Amino acid sequence: MVKSETSPARLMCFLPSFASLRLCGESHALLTNFAGILFDGVAYGSLLFLIGIGLSVTMGLMNFVNLAHGAFAMLGGYACVVVMSRLGVPFLASLPVAFVVTALAGVILERTLYQRLYKSSHLDQVLFSIGLTFMAIAAATYYFGPGQQPVALPEFLRGQVHLSGLDLGAYRLFLIALVVVITLALGWLVARTRFGAQVRAAVDNQQAAAGMGINVRRIFSLTFALGSGLAGLGGALGIDVLGLDPTFPIKYMVYFLLVVSVGGAGSIKGTLAAALILGVFDVAGKYYVPEVGAFVIYALMVVLLILFPAGLLGRRA
Amino acid sequence: MSEVAANGMSAQDAHSLPDGRWSRVEFGFWLVPVAAFFLLPGHLVLGSQILIVALFALSLDLILGYAGIVSLGHAAFFGIGAYTAGLLSTHGWGEPLSGLLMAGAVAALVGWLSSFLIVRGSDLTRLMVTLGIGLLLYEAANKAAFITGGVDGLSGVSMWKLLGLFAFDLNGRVAYLYSLAVLFLLFVLLRRLVHSPFGLSLRGIREGALRMPAIGAPVRRHQVRIYTIAAAVAGIAGALLAQTTQFVGLDVLGFNRSAELLIMLVLGGAGMLYGAIVGAAAFMIAQDWLSGLNPVYWQFWIGLLLVLVVLFARGGIVGGLRALRERLQGKSR
Repeated sequence: MVKSETSPARLMCFLPSFASLRLCGESHALLTNFAGILFDGVAYGSLLFLIGIGLSVTMGLMNFVNLAHGAFAMLGGYACVVVMSRLGVPFLASLPVAFVVTALAGVILERTLYQRLYKSSHLDQVLFSIGLTFMAIAAATYYFGPGQQPVALPEFLRGQVHLSGLDLGAYRLFLIALVVVITLALGWLVARTRFGAQVRAAVDNQQAAAGMGINVRRIFSLTFALGSGLAGLGGALGIDVLGLDPTFPIKYMVYFLLVVSVGGAGSIKGTLAAALILGVFDVAGKYYVPEVGAFVIYALMVVLLILFPAGLLGRRA
Repeated sequence: MSEVAANGMSAQDAHSLPDGRWSRVEFGFWLVPVAAFFLLPGHLVLGSQILIVALFALSLDLILGYAGIVSLGHAAFFGIGAYTAGLLSTHGWGEPLSGLLMAGAVAALVGWLSSFLIVRGSDLTRLMVTLGIGLLLYEAANKAAFITGGVDGLSGVSMWKLLGLFAFDLNGRVAYLYSLAVLFLLFVLLRRLVHSPFGLSLRGIREGALRMPAIGAPVRRHQVRIYTIAAAVAGIAGALLAQTTQFVGLDVLGFNRSAELLIMLVLGGAGMLYGAIVGAAAFMIAQDWLSGLNPVYWQFWIGLLLVLVVLFARGGIVGGLRALRERLQGKSR
């Protein structure tokens, strides 16, 4: 895997934002360092949450192990790049496009292919989605070439914001704010709306839900579309943080899977908690012990999986 | 049971206990690689690669096809075997057969240790834990460049003469025969293993892990045992690669290797040993042939093939051939 070569490097280039702060006293510097890492970790984690939440729903609701989820995020990223560079759409306006394109792709694939495999073994689902991922990688290489895609952020999202002695990346602040809004909206959708009640019913007990007259298949398609749409949005937002190249789906696959399996499939709170923990640990690990690198994350993953086989706040074993 | 069908018996007998008799088809099958040695002298390097990967696929078939343990990180043991054999040689011990055994032993040890993490938990947990262990080892080999050579790979692997008689040649004649002999020997052992009561209870565990304890089968212990054996076989395959190519690259531990291995097994057909060999051969030949055009296209087609196999062609190539044969025999009767 190429992960270790690219992703830490990309992350590291944001770390100087706080690492090179004015140093007034050793302890203060340590503290600001720590706050900066926490901030970057939270920004990174909220991105992981945005992408991972769709996967969590697919696994919790449909019991489907979808390794191709990262491909949807990649699709969103490329949709964003294409409408920006070819059609001249500004960055903020390209985000809804990324969401809609990926959601559409999601619903089409769900209806034609995924649906057939809901009852299959996990092995079949894994193989099928690896197949899809390979196809997505090859297609992306064919159309966009193997290199990293650039993204031109608008002026007000570049540079730093000064907040109580800390220099915070403006884009990261924007990212966190956006994810907070989306999380609240999702929480409202699931807790307060009729659709949310139907989703919860279907997660808890599909057969009983169907017996109560809920159209479970429609719920499946809609949640799949929503989940892939959010992944696409995450992919578009993440170009500046995670990077975007054809190997994206495999490079970050383990992160998304980790968020879901640690957080517990089907749980929004669990996914959020896991994403934030993962984000902070990953950034901190790469900052404090760069020679160990991605080791921290993989070790954390194995340990957490052994200790919490059903996830931190999991609903299902 | 599937073996019985291959013996050409009628469908009613398919529920009798499997016997270990070799059928004519199987003898014919093993003549193919021997014939290839004489008929295709220009392709022996590819040939020994195929044989090595086939051995690796066999090891995955043991845990996936027979015991039903899903693994996304089987390359871990392949890599451990390859590095063990490679490091032995660079540190002055170039004797091939003992290197092979050492590699198998080290891989078995790691497999045995990690099996306790893997036998517990659901499919999803297993997927993640095997993936995690594979990635951990990859990172470890990557960071420990002072031992493994890191991304540059481990070069300077030089082997002594095989059995003190045959030096590894550039045309790959010795490498081919060596790989073939190891593959065949291990195949015979593994074939015996899966037809033993132990192999039968593995299949029982695959079909219903909750019911097997009721008839007194120790599920966990069986899973640990087969996982360890599979790790050892994978390690030997890795060692073969290191010894015959005289190089160990970081990619022996990579995720792509684990994923491609799954693809080969599914392509050939899981849970019947021959599927692993046929799948590996088909995959490697197609890769050799198609990636000459463009590696990107290759990845696309293999992805498409995988999707199609999962959706429409369960059982892979060997499973399909068997079904065809049974249908033909059913008609003739």
